[in-house]
Amino acid sequence: MAEDLLRIVNLCKGFGAVQACNNLSLEIRAGELHAIIGPNGAGKTTLINLVSGDLLPDTGHIYLGDQEISQLPLHRRAHLGLARSYQITSVFPQLTVEENLLLAIQAHCGHSFRFWKSSNTDSQLRGELLPAIEQVGLTERAGIRAGNLSHGEKKQLEVGMALACKPRLLLLDEPMAGMGPGGTVELRKLITKLKQQMTILLVEHDVDAIFALADRITVLVYGEVVATGTPEEIRSNPAVREAYLGEEVQTC
Amino acid sequence: MFRRLTRKTYVLSAGALLLLLLPSIMQLVDEPYLISLFSRILIYALAAVSLDLILGYGGMVSLGHAAFFGIGAYVVSIFSYHSFDGSPLLTWPLTLQGQENALLTWPAAMLTSAVLAAFIGALSLRTSGMHFIMITLAFAQMLYFFFVSLEAYGGDDGLSLMSRNTLAGLDLTNDTTFYYLCLTLLCTFLIIAYRLVHSRFGMVIRGSRDNAKRMQSLGFPIYRYKLVCFIIAGAAAGLAGALIANQTEYVSPGLMHWTRSGIILIMVLLGGTGTLFGPVLGAAAFLLLEEVLAIYTAHWMVYMGPFLILVVLFARHGLYGIIVGREKDNG
Ligand SMILES: Nc1ncnc2c1ncn2[C@@H]1O[C@H](COP(=O)(O)OP(=O)(O)OP(=O)(O)O)[C@@H](O)[C@H]1O
Ligand SMILES: [Mg+2]
Repeated sequence: MAEDLLRIVNLCKGFGAVQACNNLSLEIRAGELHAIIGPNGAGKTTLINLVSGDLLPDTGHIYLGDQEISQLPLHRRAHLGLARSYQITSVFPQLTVEENLLLAIQAHCGHSFRFWKSSNTDSQLRGELLPAIEQVGLTERAGIRAGNLSHGEKKQLEVGMALACKPRLLLLDEPMAGMGPGGTVELRKLITKLKQQMTILLVEHDVDAIFALADRITVLVYGEVVATGTPEEIRSNPAVREAYLGEEVQTC
Repeated sequence: MFRRLTRKTYVLSAGALLLLLLPSIMQLVDEPYLISLFSRILIYALAAVSLDLILGYGGMVSLGHAAFFGIGAYVVSIFSYHSFDGSPLLTWPLTLQGQENALLTWPAAMLTSAVLAAFIGALSLRTSGMHFIMITLAFAQMLYFFFVSLEAYGGDDGLSLMSRNTLAGLDLTNDTTFYYLCLTLLCTFLIIAYRLVHSRFGMVIRGSRDNAKRMQSLGFPIYRYKLVCFIIAGAAAGLAGALIANQTEYVSPGLMHWTRSGIILIMVLLGGTGTLFGPVLGAAAFLLLEEVLAIYTAHWMVYMGPFLILVVLFARHGLYGIIVGREKDNG
C-alpha cells in the first residue's frame, strides 16, 4: 500500500448549529487522485478550507506527511506544498492574467523583499510563466485584467495559479463548475496529465468526470464520510446509492 | 520608462518641463513670492505620493498619515531649537546636541518617522478596513495632543525656527534654491516609488490590496510586507515634514491634526489613487485652488467640497486619469 500523504483525524468544524465537518477521518495516499463527492452543503468546501488553512478546525488533526498542520497559518502550509483553487473564483481582479500567474510563481521563488528590479522582466519568474499560462489555455489573454475575464476564464486562471505553485498536494474545489463544455474537456485532459505529477484532492459535482478520473472516491454527507473506495466500490455501495447517487438518478 | 510617444509621455514631459522652469517663469511675470507656494506644493506632493503608496497600491486607508509628516517637522525644529538655545536635546541615555545640518537632521526626521510608523503599523495592520482607518486616526490624534501639551516646545503655539537648516554649502534661505531641492527630492522619491511598485515587493503589496486571502494561500506572509511598505511611506512623509518645517520656518501640532491627514488624503483622491503622478497633480490642484479661492472668500471649502465630490464621483482615477486616459496604470 502506498503511504499516506495527508491524514485527517477526527476533524470537527461547526458553524453555529451547523456541523459542517463531523468527526471526519480520511487518508489521501501519495500520488493518488482522491475525489470528494456529496450533495450541496455536505461540507466539501469546508473540508478543503480546513486542509488549506483558510479555516481552523474546532478539534481534530491534519497531518501532511509526518507534520501536524491543522493549526498552521495559510502561507506556511503553502510552503509545505499545499496549493488550492477556490470554488468561488479568487483572483487578483486589478492585475493582468500574466501578473496573477507571476505572483503565484513568485510566491515560491524566495522572499519578496526585492525592491528594485521589475518583476515583469525578471527572468527567474518569466521562465516559468510560459508553461504556466499555456497549460491553462490563457496565452492569448495574458495582458487582460483578471477582473475582465469571463467566468470560465477566471476558473482557468484559478487553476493555473494553484499549479504555478508546483504543489505536492493540489486541492481543487469544483474547478469545472461554470466552465462551459469546451473548458471542461480541456481541464479533464489537464487533470489526467497532472495525475502523474502530484497528489490531487478533487471536489467536483460532475459525476462522469469523477468516475473517469479518480483513483479513490470519498462520499460526504452532512460533514460525515459515508464511504471511501475505488470508483467500482463506490458505484456498488448501497449506502452511497441511497444517500447520493440515487438522488442524482431520480433528479435526472 | 517611456518607450513610445504617447499622451502620457507628453503630459509627463510637459509637467516636468513646467516644474523645471517655474522659478524662471515666476521671475519673468514678476511674482517671485509664488515660488514658495510651489515649494509647498512639491512638499505636499511628496507626502501625498507616500500616502498613495500605502493607500492606492497597498489598499491601506490611513487617516493618520500626517502623524509622520508632523513628527518629521518637529524633529527638525527641535534640533534647530536646541542648536540656537545651546542646551542639549538629550542627556540620557546619550548626549545629543542641537543640530542645523540638514544632512543629519533630515535623515533623523525620516528615521524617527520610520520608527513611529513601525510601531503604529505593527499594531494597526492587524486590523483592516474601517478599524484600520480608526486606529491610524487615533494614533495620530494621540500624537497631536501629546505635542499640544508639550510646553517645552511651545505646546499649542508651536515652535518657530530661527532659520532654515544648512545643507552642504547650499543657501536654503534662497527660495529658488529651496524649490529646486524640493523638486530633486520629490523626483528621487518618485523614481524609487516607481521601481518599488513594479518590483517583486510592489507586486506583493498590490496583490494584498486586491485579494489578501489569495496572497496568503499562495504562500505570502503579507503582514510583514505591508508593514515594511507602511514604514517606507512613513519615512517619506517624515522627509516631507522636515521640508515643510524649513519652508515655513514654523511648526505646530496642527501639522499632525487629523484634518491635515484628511487634506493629504484628499490630494491623493483628487489626483488619482493607485498612480504615482496623480498625487503630485492632486497636491498642485488642491493648494492652487485653495490659494485662488481664499482670495475671494474665507469659506473656500464650500467651493472646494463640491469640486472634490465631482472629481471623485466621475473620475475613478482622479485628475490624472482624466488627463492621461487609459495609460494611468504603471504610475
Ligand atoms: N462561513 C460559514 N458560515 C456559516 N456557515 C457555513 C460557512 N461555510 C459553510 N457553512 C455551512 O456549512 C455547511 C457546509 O458548507 P460547504 O460550503 O462546506 O458545503 P459544500 O459541500 O461545499 O456545498 P456545495 O456543493 O454547495 O459547494 C453548509 O450548511 C453551509 O451553509
Ligand atoms: Mg462547496
